Amino acid sequence: MTTLPQSTRTKLGLVIDLDTCVGCHACVISCKGWNTENYGAPLSDMDAYGAEPEGTFLNRVHSFEVKRDTAPPMVVHFPKSCLHCDNAPCVTVCPTGASYKRAEDGIVLVNESACIGCGLCAWACPYGAREMDGVEKVMKKCTLCVDRIYNENLPEEDREPACVRTCPAGARHFGDLADPESAVSQLVAARGGMDLMPEQGTAPVNKYLPPRPRDTLTTPDLASLCDSAPEAATGFLGWLDRALERL
Amino acid sequence: MQSQPALNLSPQVSDEVRKTTCYMCACRCGINVHMKDGKVAYIEGNRDHPVNRGVLCAKGSAGIMQHLSPARLRAPLKRVGPRGSGEFVEITWDEALQTAIDWLRPLRKTAPEKLAFFTGRDQSQSFTGWWAQAFGTPNWAAHGGFCSVNMAAAGIYTMGGSFWEFGQPDWERTKLLLLFGVAEDHDSNPIKMGLGKLKARGARVIGVNPIRSGYNAIADDWVGITPGTDGLFILSLVHELLKAGKVDLDYLIRYTNAPYLVDAGTGLFLRDADGKPLVRDRKTGQAVAWDSAGIAPDLAHGMERDGATHLPVFRHLADRYLAPEYAPESVAEKCGVTPAQIRVIAAEIARVAFEEEITLNQPWTDFRGLRHETMTGRPVAMHAMRGISAHSNGFQTCRALHLLQILIGSVETPGGFRFKPPYPKPPEAHPRPHARHATDKPLDGPHLGYPLGPEHLLIHEDGTPKRIDKAFSWEAPLSAHGLMHMVISNAHAGDPYEIDTLFLYMANMAWNSSMNTSQVMQMLTDQNEDGSYCIPRIIYADAYSSEMVAFADLILPDTTYLERHDCISLLDRPICEAEALADSIRWPVVAPDRDVRPFQSMLLDLGHRLGLPGMVQEDGTPTYRDYADYITHHERRPGIGPLAGFRGNGEGKGRGAPNPEQITRYIENGGFWIDHIPEDAHFFKPWNAAYQDWAVARGLYDKPQPYLFNLYLEPLRKFQRAAEGHGPLQPPDHLRTRLIESMDPLPRWYPPFSEPEADAFPLHALTQRPMAHYHSWGSQNAWLRQIHGHTPLYVSGDIWTEHGFTKGDWATLTSPHGRVTLPVVRMDALNPDTVWTWNAVAKRRGAWALDTNAPEATKSTLLNHLIHELLPAKGDGLRWANSDPITGQAAWYDLRVRIEKAPAGQSVSYPDPAPQHSPVPAPPRNLTHQKKP
Repeated sequence: MTTLPQSTRTKLGLVIDLDTCVGCHACVISCKGWNTENYGAPLSDMDAYGAEPEGTFLNRVHSFEVKRDTAPPMVVHFPKSCLHCDNAPCVTVCPTGASYKRAEDGIVLVNESACIGCGLCAWACPYGAREMDGVEKVMKKCTLCVDRIYNENLPEEDREPACVRTCPAGARHFGDLADPESAVSQLVAARGGMDLMPEQGTAPVNKYLPPRPRDTLTTPDLASLCDSAPEAATGFLGWLDRALERL
Repeated sequence: MQSQPALNLSPQVSDEVRKTTCYMCACRCGINVHMKDGKVAYIEGNRDHPVNRGVLCAKGSAGIMQHLSPARLRAPLKRVGPRGSGEFVEITWDEALQTAIDWLRPLRKTAPEKLAFFTGRDQSQSFTGWWAQAFGTPNWAAHGGFCSVNMAAAGIYTMGGSFWEFGQPDWERTKLLLLFGVAEDHDSNPIKMGLGKLKARGARVIGVNPIRSGYNAIADDWVGITPGTDGLFILSLVHELLKAGKVDLDYLIRYTNAPYLVDAGTGLFLRDADGKPLVRDRKTGQAVAWDSAGIAPDLAHGMERDGATHLPVFRHLADRYLAPEYAPESVAEKCGVTPAQIRVIAAEIARVAFEEEITLNQPWTDFRGLRHETMTGRPVAMHAMRGISAHSNGFQTCRALHLLQILIGSVETPGGFRFKPPYPKPPEAHPRPHARHATDKPLDGPHLGYPLGPEHLLIHEDGTPKRIDKAFSWEAPLSAHGLMHMVISNAHAGDPYEIDTLFLYMANMAWNSSMNTSQVMQMLTDQNEDGSYCIPRIIYADAYSSEMVAFADLILPDTTYLERHDCISLLDRPICEAEALADSIRWPVVAPDRDVRPFQSMLLDLGHRLGLPGMVQEDGTPTYRDYADYITHHERRPGIGPLAGFRGNGEGKGRGAPNPEQITRYIENGGFWIDHIPEDAHFFKPWNAAYQDWAVARGLYDKPQPYLFNLYLEPLRKFQRAAEGHGPLQPPDHLRTRLIESMDPLPRWYPPFSEPEADAFPLHALTQRPMAHYHSWGSQNAWLRQIHGHTPLYVSGDIWTEHGFTKGDWATLTSPHGRVTLPVVRMDALNPDTVWTWNAVAKRRGAWALDTNAPEATKSTLLNHLIHELLPAKGDGLRWANSDPITGQAAWYDLRVRIEKAPAGQSVSYPDPAPQHSPVPAPPRNLTHQKKP
């Protein structure tokens, strides 16, 4: 079994805003593109043009309906990838040490050359965030674009995960969640950022910002916004005349 | 044990980055194409690009898989099997082009109108239209007629622009956004970016849409409106705002025709001897020209003249919308909402518009010469696209939406809706449509335009249409984009006449781009008694093995978007921003590895071989070597060409002589050019002298052209009057009532033409385009088809329960015209009387290089099979088009259906047309793309 670091110097992770995610899958494909070309083996697509296409993705977007008693149902788009947990069960379960959590930044990675493809880590992950590649037979997972975020061949502004760089709605944020002053920590504090399934005791680094309350619009009746409602006094024409005189 | 291997944290990303323009949809974002070993490796957004600022959607990032699609056509093809079978042989380009010449040359010499040339979602319409004009056929248009012409035309006629390419919400400042109908299908990334900005600052988004998915899922408030009733809902908001006096009278007087006096007899404007519309001056009580200096135009009172009272437009408007029929109580049930919802939204609009107004300390001068010290805005913005426009009442609904924006004074003000150059551009500044043709001669002018009265219709003396699609006829007087969806059925019926050659580019008319798909396939294959085809010849140009390919006689294969030049031109469908002029190019970042040619270059070659004016020089050599040469050297007017940037010596902006280095300069600049508008010209553009002067300097206009917004649209009244019997040009009798009812000069709502079917077909059926697909293209993309690979029918909980559906069931939908069967899924965030599925995911077996058992064929269908291009017979002996009666826009969203559970054992969707032969090799089974540097 593999041990986790006692602590990590930083806790790099994602903050995903469920109030803003429109479910467009931009992050899914940008991740697929970058990681097919970069860290480790490519992300394959089995039966790519066939009856049952099945490819490897490190990030997927799910959509859920939330029914409510006194308000219309909501739809929540829910992007999901590895949450880089502090107590990552996928690491401790790994028989070869291939799964590990980096001491410097907390990123959970798979050392593909040590991975025997046993799949224990995927069973251990309560989030279903790992996928066994059908062609390469190694375990694939979100790397937090470890080959982008420190990459000196990239302009500094591009040193962020591909999914964050591409998100059109700006629903994905990247930073150090160990630093209470970081923009991501501030966002989590301001918006009530949440752990996913905290009862699992995994202590995920990634946080989700919950949807803001929906369908709450209650505005005072229009008439109360008016100083001289047209229906009062001489009706619309009278109001119009008075209003035109004031111009 | 713990092991932490050493990682290379700075791997080389690529050998080279080539910056061009995306074409995975019509949004036209800037992309960085990372090259490894001379091949495309990875695509990301270009941070400098004005459209997308670095972000990129799923489609854009999946562009590599489109570029590598196994469905790419490989060489010109000649049909050898029966039409529709997909049996072809590969031929040389010489043979292909000679075949096309042999078909087209005699037509030009005898009957140029017998060539019908229609293009799909291409972005070179100013070029293909120019080519068709040179050929001399009146029968050219692009796909707007089945897309969103109601939105475009209603916007141009009402205020000189509309959404998307024409304008956008002031994303930086707006405090309340109302989003009507499905909007995910156009302007993809800018809207997502804009919504993100609103969300980041906690601004409110209200979604009005029968389906709470996509953008509506993140809307703070959702109105699950009944399809086709948006116009009624909007006019009820207008009712409430008028009732409360929450309209911007100052704005209406200065910038709209609200004060114009309407002749009580004719319904036309009262005019002075110079033809200038008259207004009543409150200071003198006299009727004076609208632009007289120092007057106080009246909105309240009319003029007595010749025993009649001639009221200003605003009084007509107030009288109409204050009527009880527009009260929330009167409309709510029809709209599927509560009266309280209407009231509360009207109140919120009023509150934000008038209590949270924005004032910028930016002086400006209006066209009357009046200096304003500040710019005041009403920070309520709106957006809509095909959702509200693809109805038979869509034009008037779009007009109603613009009316609402204008009444609160938010258009072209801070926080409201903003035009993007070359808009604003009123109808008068657009061309009129042209169709006069003669053998061996070019057409007398541009095909499409904006009629201002019956005199601009394209009809013969006997009233019959001049165009094969009947655009600009009494059946669709303001069909500014043509009616591509009617071409095949009209050509098949020989109505209004027969054609010889149908030439289509990038339009899947045998499948998802036609209404009535099953019968359209039949029309394309129908034969005369002598065995010849009813539509004698079909040429098709496309890059991919679509369903349409199988129905053509000659295939001219195009390249992918990474293999050719293109220009995203101000003459065409611009990509400007509210504060900037911008255009861009595509250029071949890789050479094609197949025997294919860029369509536009091929068309120039064809034009040269045909000897078309403008394409051949005196010595017989081609005027343009290829499309890149055309982009660089073509001039539409002196100094004005397809690209506005780097003209002349390289410094020319908008105007200037052709610059041979222009494309190189674009490439060096990241594939685009941008020129910022001066700050005092940022708002109030139709009336802002600084903006008008800047636009003239850039060549957008040749002289300043300030204008007022058309609350009352006089051209509509002219058509109405003709239908009432006035004037020399008279519509056929059977259209009179419809013209009078629909062409109302003030926005009105009437039920969609499918309403009479409501008893037998109680449900509305809609489609949405998934954000990760673009019309039929997504399914050939190995990555995108894993996101959307089939078309479940989403039904509300009420329907689910009523019909006893359980997981895994299939449902049959029946419309007055047809029947489809597809898998059914429950979704509660839906208008209870609405069902929906994804648009254009379904595929015919054998198309797009997919396995014949792909879920796109076996678990998917098109609702197109349920939609006829004509309405059901009404017993009057006539078949009425299933289109908006004003613009001819295809009324896709009028569709009504009934639903039933399919018998147990259903395992394949219906209809399931016979497979087509695939003209491309079978694809690889598994993909493991990777190009390590």
